Amino acid sequence: MIEQEYILQMKNIKKKFSENTVLKNINIAIKPGEIHALLGENGAGKSTLLNILFGMSVIHATGGYKGKIFIDGKERQIKSPMEAISLGIGMVHQEFMLIPGFSITENIKLNREITKNNVISKVLGERLKSLDFSVMDKQARQSLDALGMNIEEWTRIAGLPVGYMQFVEIAREIDKKNVKLLVFDEPTAVLTENEAANLLKTMKKIAESGIAILFVTHRLEEVMEVSENITVLRDGELVGTKKKANTNITELAEMMVGRKITRLTKRERATKGNIVLSIKNLDVMMPGETVRDVSIDIKEGEIFGIGGLGGQGKLGIANGVMGLYPGKGGIYFRGKRIPLNNPREVLKNKISFLSEDRRGIGLLLDTSLELNIAITAMQIKGKFLKKYGPFSQIDHKKIRDNCLKMIKELDIRCEAPTQIARRLSGGNQQKACIAKALTLEPDLLFISEPTRGIDVGAKKLVLETLVKLNEESGMTIVMTSSELAELRSICDRIAIINKGKIMGILKPEDSDVDYALMMSGEHSEAVKG
Amino acid sequence: MYKKMIQLVNDFGIPRIIIISFLIVLLIMAFILKIPIAELLSASLVRLGMHGILVLAMVPAINSGIGLNFGLPLGIICGLIGVLISIEFNLRGFTALFTAILCAIPIAAIIGYGYGVLLNKVKGSEMTVGTYVGFSAVSIGCIGWLILPFRSPEAVWPIGGGLRVTISLVNRLDKVLNNFMAIRVGNLNIPTGTLVFLSLLAIIIWLFSRSKTGIAMRTVGDNPRFAVASGLNVNAYRVIGTILSTVLGAIGIIVYAQSFGFLQLYTAPMFMGFTSVAAILIGGATVKKASIIHVFIGTFLFQSILVVALPVANKIMVTGDLAEISRITISNGIILYALTQIKERA
Amino acid sequence: MKKNMKTKKSNNKVLDIFSFLQNIFLNNIVTISFVILCLIGLRISGLSTAFYLNDLIARVSRNSFLILALIIPVTAGMGMNFAIVLGAMAGQAAIIAVTHWGISGLPGFLSCVILSSPLAIFLGYLTGKLLNKTKGQEMITSLVLAFFANGVYQLIFLIFIGTVIPMENEAMVLGAGVGLKNTIDLFRIKYALDNILKLPLPRTAIILSILFLIIIMVYFVFRYSRLQKNTNKITDKKDLTFYEFIKKNAGYDVKFYSVIAVIAMAWGLVIMNSNSLIKMVQVPIITSLCVAAMCLFNMFITKTKLGQDFRAVGQDAHIAGIAGINVNKTRVTAIVISTLFAAWGQLFLLQNLGTLNTYGSHEQAGMFAIAAILIGGASIEKATISQALLGAVLFHTLFIISPLAGRNLFGDAQIGEFFRAFVVYGVIGLALGAHAWQKLRKTKKMLD
Repeated sequence: MIEQEYILQMKNIKKKFSENTVLKNINIAIKPGEIHALLGENGAGKSTLLNILFGMSVIHATGGYKGKIFIDGKERQIKSPMEAISLGIGMVHQEFMLIPGFSITENIKLNREITKNNVISKVLGERLKSLDFSVMDKQARQSLDALGMNIEEWTRIAGLPVGYMQFVEIAREIDKKNVKLLVFDEPTAVLTENEAANLLKTMKKIAESGIAILFVTHRLEEVMEVSENITVLRDGELVGTKKKANTNITELAEMMVGRKITRLTKRERATKGNIVLSIKNLDVMMPGETVRDVSIDIKEGEIFGIGGLGGQGKLGIANGVMGLYPGKGGIYFRGKRIPLNNPREVLKNKISFLSEDRRGIGLLLDTSLELNIAITAMQIKGKFLKKYGPFSQIDHKKIRDNCLKMIKELDIRCEAPTQIARRLSGGNQQKACIAKALTLEPDLLFISEPTRGIDVGAKKLVLETLVKLNEESGMTIVMTSSELAELRSICDRIAIINKGKIMGILKPEDSDVDYALMMSGEHSEAVKG
Repeated sequence: MYKKMIQLVNDFGIPRIIIISFLIVLLIMAFILKIPIAELLSASLVRLGMHGILVLAMVPAINSGIGLNFGLPLGIICGLIGVLISIEFNLRGFTALFTAILCAIPIAAIIGYGYGVLLNKVKGSEMTVGTYVGFSAVSIGCIGWLILPFRSPEAVWPIGGGLRVTISLVNRLDKVLNNFMAIRVGNLNIPTGTLVFLSLLAIIIWLFSRSKTGIAMRTVGDNPRFAVASGLNVNAYRVIGTILSTVLGAIGIIVYAQSFGFLQLYTAPMFMGFTSVAAILIGGATVKKASIIHVFIGTFLFQSILVVALPVANKIMVTGDLAEISRITISNGIILYALTQIKERA
Repeated sequence: MKKNMKTKKSNNKVLDIFSFLQNIFLNNIVTISFVILCLIGLRISGLSTAFYLNDLIARVSRNSFLILALIIPVTAGMGMNFAIVLGAMAGQAAIIAVTHWGISGLPGFLSCVILSSPLAIFLGYLTGKLLNKTKGQEMITSLVLAFFANGVYQLIFLIFIGTVIPMENEAMVLGAGVGLKNTIDLFRIKYALDNILKLPLPRTAIILSILFLIIIMVYFVFRYSRLQKNTNKITDKKDLTFYEFIKKNAGYDVKFYSVIAVIAMAWGLVIMNSNSLIKMVQVPIITSLCVAAMCLFNMFITKTKLGQDFRAVGQDAHIAGIAGINVNKTRVTAIVISTLFAAWGQLFLLQNLGTLNTYGSHEQAGMFAIAAILIGGASIEKATISQALLGAVLFHTLFIISPLAGRNLFGDAQIGEFFRAFVVYGVIGLALGAHAWQKLRKTKKMLD
């Protein structure tokens, strides 16, 4: 049968998270010993596909999936990671699943330890069998040798360089003797160049031994170096599957990124030429979104976009400027230097911020809408207070009036100004955050991931609201987003961040290829807009 | 309809329902056993005033984010020192009371500050560390009571020196507030002075919670990350909450002592933190949010159970210290329940 | 050239020994401070060595079990198990029943063990389940649970005995017929275990040292012969003599303990031949053997799959869970074992004391055990057998000398007792605080 040729076949996979269709009809097939790359931007559906393959609970808890999975020609239902493992699927996660205080052997053999009987286990049961470290060490040694690692198997994980840790992860997977398919999730994201090159070599070796590899990445060069076949996803759809021999980087880039852009603002906009915010040599230590030596000049009245793939640092810029994460460098607002690591000072200088973490940082979920909108302005500008000498008391009437005004202006749908924020829909929560930022009457607004988690209808409304703010009151807006389409629909200029640095600044009408290559880190022209 | 009922029950809190049902059962039994209800009610009111401020001390602690203040004994010891000072200067009546309070407040403020700084360094484990800081403080207090240079003959052992374990406050502070403007209605005695004083402090705390600083403090306790993003100094407001809690603890024990008529030193304050914590939890507070209403409801319910249970139990079975046992079981039981309701921070 | 290399080697050796000792010092500053404190206290208290040793050995042998019961929950990441008190209560319930039924001596003691075990396992199971519901706040939960259980215990033995639970026993029940007396004489099973075999201290020291040295020797001979067998096949490798083999493979700790053993042996011989009162100090052998067995069991568990699961869950429950380990079940198992050992530990304690303080024996048990293991150098995240034993010795020394030192220093024994209480609470508070602070620093460090 033709099916037997393939070690893995996923046919017509569909997945919905409540109303949101995240995967629409995905087909993928991998032969034994083949290296197959899975390309796509953030939100393209790659992680969801992997979660389905690996039987993660997040899939089953949200209604399961449609479609069929065939392992070695037989149809299978994968309901848990343990099942996936028993079927021969191994996964090397992005966040290492290693216990720092354990040795390499102990990690490789975690919960698969080799035991032998002793006097007590015969009486009290399985779990009291003795660990047979000599056998385990030998087997660990074998796996390590297969990967060309000459480190002692009894070394503790803590303190090992990241590249080594990744290899231990791989060693753990190939130690599972029945592994037929190894899945790598963005494996080179945390590695240095040398370590990455080493990894790619090892991947080829593993594939030669008959184990198929599915590796998820956005690094186009790596894809062209090691893979045999390439599947590209975009917005949950299968754009196409190509043989490496039949394609090139440019074509792949276009497949990853290309889509129709609807412009929400006038193409030629009269923006004042002066620079309102100057960021010089900014470093930000935000875990997962590190920023390295970023310098940007933002013009007054423009809508400036910051884009890039997840984990590359774009979110770190706004967070660093606002002082929410430790930063180094210089921030100059209208020529005046603003201290870093001091949210209060930034807010006082009329710069406001909407965090990407709407529910965690942006709102007090169990507090009323009106208070959420008012509190920050109260603390920074002393608004909404009745003063009695040195004492102050909250002015409920003013807070209510302000809330009603915001509800009208931003069209916030709620039962009453006293409704608690938790009960609002995603879109309205976002509008509440915008209302909060506006109550501070800022000159410049940072907004991160403005439409994340918001349904399609509300997305457009939020973006239109931002445009209206900018056009009517001349407020400068700096928008950070992982959705390139929305950036290109309202921004005047867009900076692309890769590995914490600015790859370049593009215009919305610049080519798809330019965008895709910059996001993958291939391009390095500082194209000034 | 059914779902709404379940939602209502959950919102109200299963332990509160258990407690209230238990109280109703006890009251019915008291009625059947012909125990005079008026006296029981008087006793409940007296105890409400007696314990109320100590429970009120929990409110700023919980709302500023340091959780249940098991370290209340720190404040209590400051209050005890205040009363000892007023005894030492041979003061009586209201002068004694207010001197005690005025002396205790600055001491409690300083101790509260230190305690607050310590708690800032152990975020996430405030309750566990606070418990043992409280215990250690009581132990140091014990040593202190033995060696501090107090000389008043009422307070000190005649032979060998060192403060007595229990000091009578008759003719000094005893019932000073309780008897102030007390109202008698038949067999019902209402300790107006104490209740008024309690309400006064409650109103002050309420007004504070509506001020700019108070709102900032509550924001810090509700969501520290939101607070940081709003430019608030999280550590500073936590310390303010701790200071308020410690000061209220000091004032609370002074009011307690005047109601009780005795000043109890040495190991007496050891578990007072636990009783106050239990009371406010019974009142409906959680580890993260507490209000004045919780103070009144919780203290009244908790103390009422203790008040009613004793005579009822004595009539049913001739037996030992049921009051103490119920206090231990109920207070710790409710604290356990509250702990299981904490959702782990991400 | 050769001469230079030789001097270099010997310099290194001195440096090595020095850095080894330095490491021990820095890593154990708390413990060392306590040792110094105890030594000073011993001087001040004016206690004779013989009395001190007698008291110390009695206390350590009867309390060590309880302290050792704390180790496994720490390994499993659950912090200090304040709820060992529940195990102690199970033990006491058994003793009350056995005393009431009048079973004496060793059979009496064994019945207690058999009776208390299922109860302890049940209580441990409930505790474990509760702690699983309060992940992140295990210690305050077990603390409050201990108080709560105390309330229930009092309810049962003060109120229910004689009413809901019919019991007629003049010696044990209060006059009115309801509730147990505050103190119950356990004359039947007193010293049931201790008296089986008691040897004087010096002789015990000598026997132990000799045994230790013999075991070490046997171990090395065994390994050496194994090595010989393996290298016989490769003839071009240089053969090591036995002496050289020992020099190469004996780590500093083996050498250190061997030296201690020889000193102990010498000391024993000296005392035996002198007029010192120390000759009269007795060591309860069977009890000590049980403690030793408990230590061995703890060491055994570490080398099993269960022990490995404990360690995995303790270090990173999330990863352990993803690897397929049943985290909740593992945690409950840890608590069950701990509670069971606590029950037995309480039985050891009571058979030595001979009197049951019905409402008080168990109350402080948890806190004292925890203070002891912390003084011994354990932390919330790591506890070893040697820390438990060392802590037992230090803690009980402190216990013995505080009132006397207080009397001699301040003229008031009471101060000494209060100081002791302060040390107990302070040590625990300090350990909890240090642990919390380090946790915070670790997450901050990760951000850099």
